[in-house]
Amino acid sequence: MFVPWHMPWLPDAPEYFRARLKAVPALAEGHGAALAELALHRLNSTQARTFARTLRGLAAAGISLAPLAPFRLAVLSSATFDTIEDALAAAGARHGVALDLTVAEYDQIIQTAFNPDATVFATKPDAVFVHFDHRWLALDRFSADPAGTVDAALDQVAMVLRALAEAPGAQIIMGNVATPPGGLFGSLDQTVAGTRRAQIAAFNHGLRDLAAESGALVLDIAALAEQVGTATWFDPVMWNLYKLPIAPDCVPLFADTVARTIGALRGKARKCLVLDCDNTLWGGVIGDDGIENILIGSGQPEGESFLAVQQLALDLKKRGIILAVCSKNFDETARQPFRDHADMLLRESDIAVFQANWSDKASNLEAIAATLDIGLDSLVFLDDNSAERAQMRAALPMVAVPELPADPAYYPLYLASAGYFEALAYSSEDSARADSYVANAQRAEIKQQSRDLGDYLRALDMTLTAQPFDAQGRARIAQLINKSNQFNLTTRRYSEADVRAVEDETDTFTLQVRLKDKFSDFGMIGVVIARTHPDDSDALDVDSWLMSCRVLGRKVEEAMLQAVVEGARRAGKSRLYARYLPTAKNGMVRTLFDTLGLDLIGEEADGERRYRLDLPSYAAPALPFAER
Amino acid sequence: MLTDDEILSRITDVVRDQLDDDEITLTQATEANNVDGWDSLAHVRIMIAVEEEFGVRFQTSEITSLKNVGGLVALVRSRL
Repeated sequence: MFVPWHMPWLPDAPEYFRARLKAVPALAEGHGAALAELALHRLNSTQARTFARTLRGLAAAGISLAPLAPFRLAVLSSATFDTIEDALAAAGARHGVALDLTVAEYDQIIQTAFNPDATVFATKPDAVFVHFDHRWLALDRFSADPAGTVDAALDQVAMVLRALAEAPGAQIIMGNVATPPGGLFGSLDQTVAGTRRAQIAAFNHGLRDLAAESGALVLDIAALAEQVGTATWFDPVMWNLYKLPIAPDCVPLFADTVARTIGALRGKARKCLVLDCDNTLWGGVIGDDGIENILIGSGQPEGESFLAVQQLALDLKKRGIILAVCSKNFDETARQPFRDHADMLLRESDIAVFQANWSDKASNLEAIAATLDIGLDSLVFLDDNSAERAQMRAALPMVAVPELPADPAYYPLYLASAGYFEALAYSSEDSARADSYVANAQRAEIKQQSRDLGDYLRALDMTLTAQPFDAQGRARIAQLINKSNQFNLTTRRYSEADVRAVEDETDTFTLQVRLKDKFSDFGMIGVVIARTHPDDSDALDVDSWLMSCRVLGRKVEEAMLQAVVEGARRAGKSRLYARYLPTAKNGMVRTLFDTLGLDLIGEEADGERRYRLDLPSYAAPALPFAER
Repeated sequence: MLTDDEILSRITDVVRDQLDDDEITLTQATEANNVDGWDSLAHVRIMIAVEEEFGVRFQTSEITSLKNVGGLVALVRSRL
């Protein structure tokens, strides 16, 4: 049996959990990493509360919680939020963020939203979570005028959204509404518009449109409650006693779901699924049993289980998650099923990095991350062997390692329910991304045949396009702004709503850059935002400059500068200012602007580097792109 | 079978963690309003944590009619 609210993909909290947690404040360093590691366990409400208190205490003392990204979240809730608040701290740390939470007075959503001086807005929150359910919207009863009731409910939410839009900058997050169990007519509830079920379905539909118009994010709480079972999700005793909106058992899962989206806003969603082979992708041991005896494919129950794992992996790849393999095997042996077994869904061409050898798996995951040029904290490692999982967690705690049950039939549910790959938007670029990692391997072959770099790049037949921001590109622009960590000069994060606002700024220069070559279409890989310098109207001042690391070493940086210079000249500017703001992850671009020929004009104690380029002295280099 | 003292001791641990005060001592006669920090908000958390600690669920009227820690101990015992 699979019980979602129990979050069985998390290992149990160890005996020493409380002692370890209490010891964190006394550490000399590494507080954030220690908290992140402790948050990987399944916690009861008391452990979660102690965790929240510890994190809050450290943050209040000004202690760095890196690598956790700070995130200020204001909560407006129609119901008691205290236990959810406790659970959110650990849930946040599990998904890469150190949450600084402020919760408005109970059941004061509208009053708070209309009060810009409310305490919850004083911290300038990064996001506002508006938390309500069917009871707050009067969707908890049979309605004689269902259209009117649903409209009134949507109007109430729209009013809150308008009020919150006055305090710009914060991403609005809402949940849709779960349908409570029980009915009125029976099966007819789905058809009669006035039932709770039909009204809530209509409301959720309207909420999606409302969110699309306003740029708010909608958590699919209805789906979550449905997966748990709504009779478990809602607890009438807890509502009547304490106005707790959901059963206490479900609070950790609810908090985890909120945290997944917040993690994704900070670029913490995972990017790559690393798969073990024997008894993870097929039943049996390929080295012992041979290709004719492993269990994979339809017609045999175990084979169906592993087929479902492969199908999920393939679907993840189709939505842009990179696949890699890490197996203790001889390389040829491990590759054989991918090449020769007719029932395998996964083929060699689906796997971006294939690490089959006898070294420890932690070293292999490091190699996978290095090859793909992504962080270890972007990896999820799926392995049926509990000893390998425990070793991986001990060696590389930043790698997500789901627990797995004895029966592989449940593997896909465990993997899909853990929320590692939360996405805020989906575009055609995403679906092409995983293939582009595979195509890298083919490019590597051309590279070997080429005499020099220029020869190689010309052989790739690259096409680069640079355009201003527009509505079509908006979701991907926001995604790049929030996900790019390494090749990001200023690491300023903007929500989709912010990006839309930038489009409307008259004097602002924006650039979305796309690249394709003869092997794949990378889609959008670069973003620049620059404005007229506040103290020098003849100059353009770069606010944001970032690029996907997938296109490093292809002179895209040079082409982006060229496009910026052309844009600046067209706008009648004669100088360009830019800066590098250091973070834990963007060391690779510390001297990018030096390399591109800008003049370093200042360096601060905190590592900030300021640059200037006099446009008349800029000469465009020859670049290996077909058109621009 | 847990003795009343064992139940009381585990409830005490829960309350200490919930209220972040390891000095708290509870007896059968202790009432919530005699304990610093055991206010209505803390009460929600404590009751949930006690149900969780012993893996039991109480009825609405059992919770609303609780008078003191002794009553809570007896309620837990009745469920085990």
